[in-house]
Amino acid sequence: MQIARVVGTVVATQKNRKFDDAKLLLVQPVTVDDEPRGPTLLAVDAVGAGVSERVLIVIEGRAAGEALGRKAAPVDAAIIGIIDHVDVYE
Amino acid sequence: MQLAKVIGDIVCTRKDENLDALKLMVIQPIGAEGLAVGRTLVAVDSVGAGVGETVFFVRGKEASFPFYPVEAPVDAGIVGIVDSYDVPVSSVDVRRAGL
Repeated sequence: MQIARVVGTVVATQKNRKFDDAKLLLVQPVTVDDEPRGPTLLAVDAVGAGVSERVLIVIEGRAAGEALGRKAAPVDAAIIGIIDHVDVYE
Repeated sequence: MQLAKVIGDIVCTRKDENLDALKLMVIQPIGAEGLAVGRTLVAVDSVGAGVGETVFFVRGKEASFPFYPVEAPVDAGIVGIVDSYDVPVSSVDVRRAGL
């Protein structure tokens, strides 16, 4: 799993039907220091996250499909938690 | 998934039989600001995308799911056409990621 920041929303009418009713958010993976890392990704939202929130994401097909609650969905990233805070002691 | 711009298509006459009738597009991944990020790649299309459109695509085995039960040997697939996307300026400064 990775930490990411929600940076935007996406609207798509014509899409695979497994995405029906799913919320798509643009997320920017970040380090524990909140520095952007790597490209912006599109993730399905399973927890009701909003723009600017820090979230926990999975970048793996099976996990993302389970978060969406649909079998054989063509997804590879999902938001599975909203982060309250991160503590790093080293 | 990632946003991308469709920039071309590919025709292969001789190919894996499970790729028959599949549409292959050349796509350029883009960041939240609409600028190119990373390398272009070839993705199979299942939503009727055309050159010039902004789409989103999935990577990995999941790219073959729209063609089930055919097990297409693909690792990237266009699964949606983007109508619009909104990136409020108040959020993380994505420029710092080099996008």
